[in-house]
Amino acid sequence: MSGGAHLAIEVTGLRKRYGEVEAVSGVDLSVATGEVVAFLGPNGAGKTTTVEILEGLRTRSSGDVQVLGVDPAEATAEWRERIGVVLQGAKHEGDFTAAEIVTMWSAYYRSPRPTPEVLHLVGLAEAAGTRTRRLSGGQKQRLAVALALVGDPELVFLDEPTTGFDPAARREAWQTIDGLRSLGVTVLLTTHYMDEADHLADRIAVISRGRIVADGTALELAAQVAMPSQISWDAAELSPGVLPDRLRDLLRGQDASMRSRTAVGTAAVERQTERRAERPALATRDVDEVVRELLAAAEEAGTRLDSLAVQPPTLEDTYLALTGDSSSGDGS
Amino acid sequence: MTRLGQLRSEARFNLLGFRRSPAATFFTVVLPIIFLVIFTSIFGNEIISSTGARVATVYVPGILALALVSANFMNAAIVTVIRRESGVLKAMRATPLPPWVYVGGQVVASLVLTAFMTALVIGIGWLGYSVEVQPGAVPSLLITLGVGAAAFSALGLAVTCVCTSEQAAPAITNMCVLPLYFVSDVFIPSDGAPRWMTFIGDIFPIKHLAVALGRTFDPFSEGVPLPAWHWLILGAWGVFGVLVTLRFFRWTPRN
Repeated sequence: MSGGAHLAIEVTGLRKRYGEVEAVSGVDLSVATGEVVAFLGPNGAGKTTTVEILEGLRTRSSGDVQVLGVDPAEATAEWRERIGVVLQGAKHEGDFTAAEIVTMWSAYYRSPRPTPEVLHLVGLAEAAGTRTRRLSGGQKQRLAVALALVGDPELVFLDEPTTGFDPAARREAWQTIDGLRSLGVTVLLTTHYMDEADHLADRIAVISRGRIVADGTALELAAQVAMPSQISWDAAELSPGVLPDRLRDLLRGQDASMRSRTAVGTAAVERQTERRAERPALATRDVDEVVRELLAAAEEAGTRLDSLAVQPPTLEDTYLALTGDSSSGDGS
Repeated sequence: MTRLGQLRSEARFNLLGFRRSPAATFFTVVLPIIFLVIFTSIFGNEIISSTGARVATVYVPGILALALVSANFMNAAIVTVIRRESGVLKAMRATPLPPWVYVGGQVVASLVLTAFMTALVIGIGWLGYSVEVQPGAVPSLLITLGVGAAAFSALGLAVTCVCTSEQAAPAITNMCVLPLYFVSDVFIPSDGAPRWMTFIGDIFPIKHLAVALGRTFDPFSEGVPLPAWHWLILGAWGVFGVLVTLRFFRWTPRN
């Protein structure tokens, strides 16, 4: 990657070690101006460490980092005017109103946005006079975003903007972050939710154990890990017994592996086995071939296969496969 | 915004936060006044035979010292630890605000509080107990207040370095000052105290503040009181506070 003016963030070979532990072990990442990129990974993967290095709040062990054309290790007030930061879980003083906190922070910048405008941007206009201790979780997060926007930044960092939120608060936060796009702000956000990354970001960089393991859109990531799809049908329409040998062996093999994986409680295994007896399911990457064989078997048996369903891999499957968190070993 | 404007804004919001915090207002404004009234009521405002001055001439400077320590040391330390542990200081580091403006804003707010408490304590002492500051002692009073506020502000920042949590801050700051009040001429004169108690009082800064303030209220002092030795020791503690702060102060939460 060559340093271009169109890149808001450019990171190569970033490493950070704490004593014996290497939290970040060679991260490469680039974010174009105006792009919204999600940094996705499980807890402890190195997301926050990486982002805090980019924000100039942490030193790095090695690697090259350019943020808005500046090395954050040599951050100046000038450079800080151009970025906005939402840290993970910062709590602002409860005795101040939302408008007071925004006004207080606007004094930190040379040409801040007016307080009412900032509150409007994040949808807190009605809560302007509310003490922050009385704001809901979603509203508090919007306030944090407001503080990141008050200096009219070109680039905003959001560290886990929805962790611990209920679905309604999460939806609220998403709306606010979506709103940043219309301001033309470049955004780098971290999250451990695949659906959040998919919903908010143009591109997803997946980090696991201090390394970027995948980079692309949700679809591209799914294609990269090539997780199998699930094909299922009702046994009442087509009994597994009449399947051709190849499919029957495949089904039997997968049933056995399911049982060995779900060996936690016999009740759970029994329920699963029962369910699979009523509705057999096959995991396969060759959907076309399996569907053809199933339909042929149905035709031979003189039955219709209206219950046939093909379920593509879920975002969660892809994520777990990418970050190696899957205990099942699927998709290997 | 200009640096001066930023300083004013920070100080203004610090004072606003103070006014809205019942605990801070009680301990810094109300409690010293309660002490003043209680002590002068218990001991009466008689003329002390040994010095010829009224009892309240001892309590007014003592309570003023208490209020100054409360405003500059206790209050600033507790607020700073709360902000650090809630992540606000860390977030502030990501803004263009220079750290010295943040610290300056807090010091200016403490100075305003100190000025308010000085006026209040002296006013009550004057109206209620006929205690007067001699006109010639006013410059000494102002210097003592200034040196004391600077020293205790620095120590307030320094003590945040040993406060591991939000809950620990009030306990640790009280532990630092409460025992010292009893050996520092704040609650009771230390004249008749055992040797080791006066020794401890002499080492730490509160007694030097209280005694220097006391000199400026002494109705029989001749000429201009110049408690230079006490200023020097207060100043030395201030320098110690600055050095500890520069070396150990942290902006990021411990927990």
